[in-house]
Amino acid sequence: MDAFYASVEQASKPSLRGKAVIVGGLGPRGVVATASYEARVHGVHSAMAMAHARRLCPHAAYLIPRFALYRRVSDTVMGLLHELSPLVEPLSLDEAFVDLEAGECGERLRAAAPEAMAAAVRETGERLRADIAAATGLTASVGIAGSKLLAKIGSEAAKPDGLVVIEPGTERAFLGPKPVRTLWGVGPATADHLRRAGITTVAEVAEAGEAELVRLLGRAHGASLYAMAIGHDDRPVVAERDVKSISVEDTFDVDLTDRARVRAEVARLADRCVKRLREAGRSGRTVVLKVRHYDFTTLTRSETLRAPTDDPVVVRETADRLIEAIDTTGGVRLLGVGVAGLADFTQEDLFAQASQASQAIQAGLTGQPDRVGSDARPETRGAAPEERRADTALASAPVPETPAHRWRPGQDVTHEEYGPGWVQGSGVGRVTVRFEVPGGVPGRVRTFPVDDPRLSPSDPLPLVS
Amino acid sequence: MKFRVERDVLADAVAWAARSLPARPPAPVLAGLLLKAEEGQLSLSAFDYEVSARVSVDAEIDEEGTVLVSGRLLADISRALPNRPVEISTDGVRVTVVCGSSRFTLHTLPVEEYPALPQMPTASGSVPGEVFAAAVSQVAVAAGRDDTLPVLTGVRIEIEGDTVTLAATDRYRFAVREFLWKPEVPDISAVALVPAKTLLDTAKALTSGDTVSIALAGAGQGEGLIGFEGAGRRTTTRLLEGDLPKYRTLFPTEFASVAVIETAPFVEAVKRVALVAERNTPIRLSFSTGVLTLEAGSSDDAQAVERVDAQLEGDDISIAFNPTFLLDGLSAIDSPVAQLSFTTSTKPALLSGRPAIDTEADDAYKYLIMPVRLSG
Repeated sequence: MDAFYASVEQASKPSLRGKAVIVGGLGPRGVVATASYEARVHGVHSAMAMAHARRLCPHAAYLIPRFALYRRVSDTVMGLLHELSPLVEPLSLDEAFVDLEAGECGERLRAAAPEAMAAAVRETGERLRADIAAATGLTASVGIAGSKLLAKIGSEAAKPDGLVVIEPGTERAFLGPKPVRTLWGVGPATADHLRRAGITTVAEVAEAGEAELVRLLGRAHGASLYAMAIGHDDRPVVAERDVKSISVEDTFDVDLTDRARVRAEVARLADRCVKRLREAGRSGRTVVLKVRHYDFTTLTRSETLRAPTDDPVVVRETADRLIEAIDTTGGVRLLGVGVAGLADFTQEDLFAQASQASQAIQAGLTGQPDRVGSDARPETRGAAPEERRADTALASAPVPETPAHRWRPGQDVTHEEYGPGWVQGSGVGRVTVRFEVPGGVPGRVRTFPVDDPRLSPSDPLPLVS
Repeated sequence: MKFRVERDVLADAVAWAARSLPARPPAPVLAGLLLKAEEGQLSLSAFDYEVSARVSVDAEIDEEGTVLVSGRLLADISRALPNRPVEISTDGVRVTVVCGSSRFTLHTLPVEEYPALPQMPTASGSVPGEVFAAAVSQVAVAAGRDDTLPVLTGVRIEIEGDTVTLAATDRYRFAVREFLWKPEVPDISAVALVPAKTLLDTAKALTSGDTVSIALAGAGQGEGLIGFEGAGRRTTTRLLEGDLPKYRTLFPTEFASVAVIETAPFVEAVKRVALVAERNTPIRLSFSTGVLTLEAGSSDDAQAVERVDAQLEGDDISIAFNPTFLLDGLSAIDSPVAQLSFTTSTKPALLSGRPAIDTEADDAYKYLIMPVRLSG
């Protein structure tokens, strides 16, 4: 998919079509997830610090990601891919490999005469792109080649909204003029290393020969790079990759120094992690805690339980034991909690069950919702205003209370009088909403007090009705 | 110092005392075994700051005295000696061990640097050695083995008048055993948490005597210690800090169903079916009238099914357990018939033993076992 998150936002917000749109974390430590092609012109790209993006492209629309919607669109697209072949290997929400030979279109392709083959392949790709456009209203780019590496490089070359077929025998001609960075496993360090040896393009890598590359980069890396450069890649498309771990993490707008706050955040992350674990129908044996200090030194600590669990109490307690052993006085920038060693059964824990039962009784007595399982608790991720307030007020402030509504740019809302829209911005007690719907015409902007009772958060509307 | 002692007597005593030698001595003298010859008795002591062990045996003493030698070496030597009387004597800073035609000369360690052994608290009461050893092994099986929660590596000893209650849990099962003993004071009341591994070793070592006397220190001298004595052997152990969670409320009292199964065929079936349960994946039990079906494995892997006869009172129930935990309990009840009581498939089940199919369950021993919940 082309600039996936940004394209979804442009499709669902007609006023943003043709405008620079940047989706990502909007706090002071946010990172760009996706920039629309209009924003890329200004040099904005994914993984860039949001502050940097704001300097490069101040006029863009900055929006929070709406993962629920992206996932829904992604499911639709993956469904279309599965119609082509049972062998689909998703790389992310918006990228997947499809083994065309494995499906019924493989038989059709094999049946086609060799000279008609290229045309048949091209037609399959174009039809897929048309189907995706019809089903989602978004553009996709397709690369078709004899190997995963070339198919992926082909799709990069096809972007945006294009199709590239690399016919067998033309791989080296296609790859040759491209910079070495095109190849997998070549980052800034390797590229620099190769440049000093006078190698800047893929063709030069191929010319250098395997022996020379092994000498430059070592056995494993050198040999694999040479194989890639001559277009050789025989990895199969693997339909299901086993999930190895499930984790969640948060970067804080301001480093956390207060110990109680750190522990509270760890407990909250543990609950969120368990929620995801349960949604996936899994359990796990190893609890992993990740801590990034103020100076970016990052460490992980783990504890393996005797038996797998999906119990929030057990995961919370284990994570708490792990954070107990870590010095966080300098300040913590990021915390993460994960569960690995996944299984599909849970050894019940006597004490966790007992404490859960007594909590439930207490909750019943005081009329509070049962917090176990964490579903009842609103997310406080990227709590920008609260973080700052907490910091200036008192470092030892407890976990900030989530206000009734916090309006975030890009968020879906509904107004009793004006209908569905999205938050364009919010501040000084006011919130600005643009009322428009996917597929409609650019709508009008209205401003309300932040606590306007007629305004409420809502679910995203489908892109194609 | 000079004395003679029978080889078997020496080897036994040295082997037992040497068990309390620290694996990695914090100070060189602690690798030593203290030999003291006086008044017709040879006593051997070892200490690792946690556990102290002292054993006394009859010996023919020519010259009284005290000496400290490497315990590991003396244990190896006494085990390998021929079956003849052993003569041990000191000569300056050396110890000579003579047995038959063998002769060993060992270095001594400085006795004056050896720490004083903790004093044995005064005896609180006594119990037959066999009863004590059986009860401890029934309970210690449920104790935790990793040190993340030290409290769970202990066995809780609760004394209330003439009743002693042992309890241990690793949070997945909870074993409780009650037995009667002879207290020194009739209204004694005390609680102690003893490291399970040490307690198990001690209880086994003391079975050779008729009775084991247990000495639990109150406030004051020897606080935080428990002592055991029997058959000329005495040992003290430092107690664990803390206490097990209050457990009496954890044991369910009302059940939806009660199953009764002959233990031996049940154990056999669990062992067979568990062969396909890799890395302690669960074994699934389905009880219905007259029959228990055991299953393990998954369709991606090997599978096994077996049926055994079972009586069931109450609702049919399907429940899954870690096979090791189930087998531990079945062997711990040490009864020809097993009784399993259930509330629901996610709540703890209670395992106890019956002397025969149609008798009441023996409630001196209870093994609570947490089930495994299958996702999806």
